[in-house]
Amino acid sequence: MVAQLIDSIPSARYERTVLRLKSCYPELWDILDQVTDPEIPVVSIWELGILRDVDLKDDTVFVDITPTYSGCPAVDTMKDDIVIQLNKNGFSNVHVNVVLSPAWSTDDITSQGHAKMREYGIAPPNDSPLGCAKHLTPSAGVRCPLCSSDKTQLISEFGSTACKALFKCDDCLEPFDFFKCI
Amino acid sequence: MNDEHKNTLIDYVVQLGDDSLVLGHRLSEWTSKGPFLEEDIALSNVALDYIGRARMFYTYAAELAGDGKTEDDFAYLRGVREFKNYLLSELPNGDFAYTMARQFMVDAFNSLFLPLLMNSKDDTLAAIATKAEKETRYHLRRSRDWVIKLGDGTQESHERIQSALNDLWGYHLELFEPCPAESSLIEQSIAADISTLKDEWLLLVSNVLDEATLETPQSQWAVRGGRSGYHTEHLGHMLCVMQSVHRSYPGCQW
Repeated sequence: MVAQLIDSIPSARYERTVLRLKSCYPELWDILDQVTDPEIPVVSIWELGILRDVDLKDDTVFVDITPTYSGCPAVDTMKDDIVIQLNKNGFSNVHVNVVLSPAWSTDDITSQGHAKMREYGIAPPNDSPLGCAKHLTPSAGVRCPLCSSDKTQLISEFGSTACKALFKCDDCLEPFDFFKCI
Repeated sequence: MNDEHKNTLIDYVVQLGDDSLVLGHRLSEWTSKGPFLEEDIALSNVALDYIGRARMFYTYAAELAGDGKTEDDFAYLRGVREFKNYLLSELPNGDFAYTMARQFMVDAFNSLFLPLLMNSKDDTLAAIATKAEKETRYHLRRSRDWVIKLGDGTQESHERIQSALNDLWGYHLELFEPCPAESSLIEQSIAADISTLKDEWLLLVSNVLDEATLETPQSQWAVRGGRSGYHTEHLGHMLCVMQSVHRSYPGCQW
């Protein structure tokens, strides 16, 4: 059972989890759990898979993050928020490094991240009937995060931000964002 | 890395940044002017992806140069002759059909070019390409759908997109012509050999145009010069607008 569980975690996310569990500075990772995506303020940068590594050398904290989309305007805000959060906790020297490889994928979002997104009103990538395998946005059938109906349809592949598509629910009639698979 | 090699690599990286920035800026000109809200947002989102790519390329070029330059120096403090983007990127947006026809041609190109660049021996170029390639899949699906909708739509939309394709056609040949300095990078498997992509591109594009009931233009005219810094009159005007804030308030940050 445990082996199955581990198998079902995408390898990049698994490696990141191991990195955090083995880290000599768990308190730094915990501090950064307070930093969220400004567009989805309930999901932390850890849950979103943006936080890659944290290290402490001498008295400087080194943080590696990766952008979701190339043009994601939230990256600069998150960099600032990381510095502010660490400063608040007594770490005055902070260096945030943006790493590009391996490229971010929706597979990097943790299951807590999925749950929080859904609660916030955004359908997470796994609520697509296609799953994420082919990285396609389905034209219908993404589960509505508000009423759980599958009778939904795509309105636009580009929603309020590049990472989301816009859907509407035929049952509760509400529009909602779907976090696209990439 | 010797200086000559380094400079060749910087030039290559900057020209890829120029393609992205100039097209990204053109797309951003649609913001608040899209034909309807969803499309306005989509065009702006694609613009952001391109500007984001430009930032990654310029940041890498600045890192290679190591002379204190930043991405902003490349974007805002170069003149028109120093930009090396393909001419296709800089053409004014025209109507919606014209913008989507151009976007489809570029997206189709990127859907072939980026997978090659993903295999680059240069780790940073490969990483940027890997990121961009995923986004291009979304871009291509959308621009392809629009070409089909407009081509196989009303008589008016059909005529407009056909005329856009005819007007743009002569700009596509330049996409497949590596500049002389690139050849050494291609030999080292750093740059992607774009000359190998032309037939595949033509096949991809003409299949979609068939489906859209559009004619693949047969014209033989070709315009080139972007990679040598020879541009249409339009780029200078675009840069004047794009660079005006930075040049009025040098070094300004917010």
